[in-house]
Amino acid sequence: MLDNIALLGIAPLLNVQLLLDGLFIGAIFVLAAYGLALVWGVMNVKNLAQGDFVMMGGYIAFVMTKLGIHPIFGLPVAIVFMFGFGWVVYRVIIYRVIGKDLFTSLLATFGMAIVIQQLLNLIFSPDVMVAESGFAIRSYLGGMVTVADIKLISFLLATVLATLVITFMKYSRMGQAIRATAQDPRAARVMGIDTERVYAFTFALNAAICGAAGVLISMIWVLQPFFGMTYSIRAFVIVTAAGLGNLPGVIIAGLGLGAVEQFAGFILGAELQQFTVVGLLVAILVWRQIQLRRHRQVVR
Amino acid sequence: MSKHLKFLTALAFGVAAAGLVAAGPASAKVEGDTIIIGSAISFTGKYSTNGIHAKNGYDLGVKRVNEMGGVKVGGKVYKLKIKYYDDESTPLRTAQLAERLIKQDGIKYILGPYSSATTKAMAPITEKYKIPMVEAEGASRSLFTQGYKYIFAVLSTSEQYLASSIALAAEMAKKAGKKPSDVRVAMAFENDPFSLDVRAGVMDDIKKFGMKIVIDDKLPRDLADMSATLTKVKALKPDLLVISGHSKGAATAARQIKELKIDVPMIAITHCEAAKIVKLFGAATNDFLCPTQWAETLSYKGKYFGTAAEYDKLFKATYDGYRNVPYQAAQASAAVLVWKDAFERANSFDTEKLRQALSETNMKTFYGDIRFAPEGNNIAKPMVLRQIQDGKFNVVAPSKWASHKVNWPRTVPGM
Repeated sequence: MLDNIALLGIAPLLNVQLLLDGLFIGAIFVLAAYGLALVWGVMNVKNLAQGDFVMMGGYIAFVMTKLGIHPIFGLPVAIVFMFGFGWVVYRVIIYRVIGKDLFTSLLATFGMAIVIQQLLNLIFSPDVMVAESGFAIRSYLGGMVTVADIKLISFLLATVLATLVITFMKYSRMGQAIRATAQDPRAARVMGIDTERVYAFTFALNAAICGAAGVLISMIWVLQPFFGMTYSIRAFVIVTAAGLGNLPGVIIAGLGLGAVEQFAGFILGAELQQFTVVGLLVAILVWRQIQLRRHRQVVR
Repeated sequence: MSKHLKFLTALAFGVAAAGLVAAGPASAKVEGDTIIIGSAISFTGKYSTNGIHAKNGYDLGVKRVNEMGGVKVGGKVYKLKIKYYDDESTPLRTAQLAERLIKQDGIKYILGPYSSATTKAMAPITEKYKIPMVEAEGASRSLFTQGYKYIFAVLSTSEQYLASSIALAAEMAKKAGKKPSDVRVAMAFENDPFSLDVRAGVMDDIKKFGMKIVIDDKLPRDLADMSATLTKVKALKPDLLVISGHSKGAATAARQIKELKIDVPMIAITHCEAAKIVKLFGAATNDFLCPTQWAETLSYKGKYFGTAAEYDKLFKATYDGYRNVPYQAAQASAAVLVWKDAFERANSFDTEKLRQALSETNMKTFYGDIRFAPEGNNIAKPMVLRQIQDGKFNVVAPSKWASHKVNWPRTVPGM
């Protein structure tokens, strides 16, 4: 471990490589996490199938390559398809669990995750798949830092998508309705907002965002029907760390998570990469608890 | 219906049912002129791709044996037949189905499931009932350290997968005027029983040559990213990089070795073929070393399928959609040949006599030589190492079977 830290000191450019890799992938985590925060915040449903939505998006990009189309064009396709899918899922399953206790929504979405995994497994087989972008890989700083163009492009696309969603939430009628419903569904209904439609839209939007994240993942990492869980976990870690309704927090936590994973993998070894992430979450929750206690004492 | 007739019908049913119960277990192992072998294998779930390859291999083996005159036991000719169940890729189910095959169906001869995990679940059951199992798809070393007496495996065990790459690295070091103990090795293995077995084999050989380990990372099971490990590789510049993590590990490694422009003189990875890395990542995979149980280019030869190349041809002609014949299928066919050979040498259907005959197996087949150690693993067939040379897999080690010279240090066009 100390050797590895020393190595970072001897070759400081390695830090740049790790940081870049972390930020590029972190941007995609942000997308999935933002979707989760949205659904969680607006309808109080904790979607355990979040990562499986991401995988579905990835397989859409994979299908595009099979059809001879560049996977990057999977982005609009995945957004539209997953939006429709999200809407249907809401109408069939999710609307039944809104307002029920936490356990019901967890069970329902967990069941959904299993069904999606098995369907993907049936359609695409359990083999690992990737979608190749075929873009160039560039070396910088004397070859010590390499950046695949696809990672940079994904980063930019993720940024654009996030900006679009944020603008939409802020200025459009639907965005305002969603925020109003999140604040107080009853008041929103009184004001004439069709909350049922808002919920459906929110869930569909979340699925679309996940689908987009999946398309980007397919060109950077690998696809496998059962890999969704890791993205669900990451999304939960990010949202829990950042807190609900804290968008800048989600962005910082997501990018930070990506970078921390890389550095943890480098310094502590790959076996402790995921451990570090979850360990960090525990630390944050403990810290929050201490803060809250202090807060309560003041109130008293 | 009159009362009388009702009684007769009931009686007929009763007699038939009693007959079935009595005949069931006794006739299930050998029905008329058919010997029935049981197998619980993965048609669905995460092992389904390879499970179906293995089933195709079993079926082709059975077809070939039956076409070439069947099995002669006690002067009578029998045909082979396999009774399959789907274990859904879950070891628990495999164990249940093993009980069912043996207890309910009365099967006395077993062909193994697909994967080490399911074979590990099957072995204690076959052991308990003293039913011999010839398996072709469970490579884990731990299957052969439990003192099992009824398991026989035609394939090479997992610790042999990458061990030959260490010997090759030592050979290359000598050629370059260095000592084998100067070789620095970077290792990345998935944290699962199979890959850790592979690692154990590599570690033994590293110790033997006194090489230095500079990286020893264990990758998570759901691995999709190993860029941190590879960045370390880039910094430390080892002489040899060995990676094992099933096909997800191979795909991830190939993609990220390309993206990070990793330049190591020798790289050895398991599951290259399954991950289709050549097709996906092209020239960046040049000169990777990939171990395999079997290859159609090897000069192995046997009575039933002829040469390895002839098996390859027959398999492709029999099953649609195969561009390459997976070794999983070849070793499954070989397992059927082992059963056939054992039946004829034992000249009996008695499981103890068959176990004895199996333990004395000494065959030459299209899949390689087969001779079992007392623990049940095949000690006559080596693992071969192929190198990706201009997009083709060429056998480069061990030297007895090599068709091409190894390219060292590895070169990547355009890097």
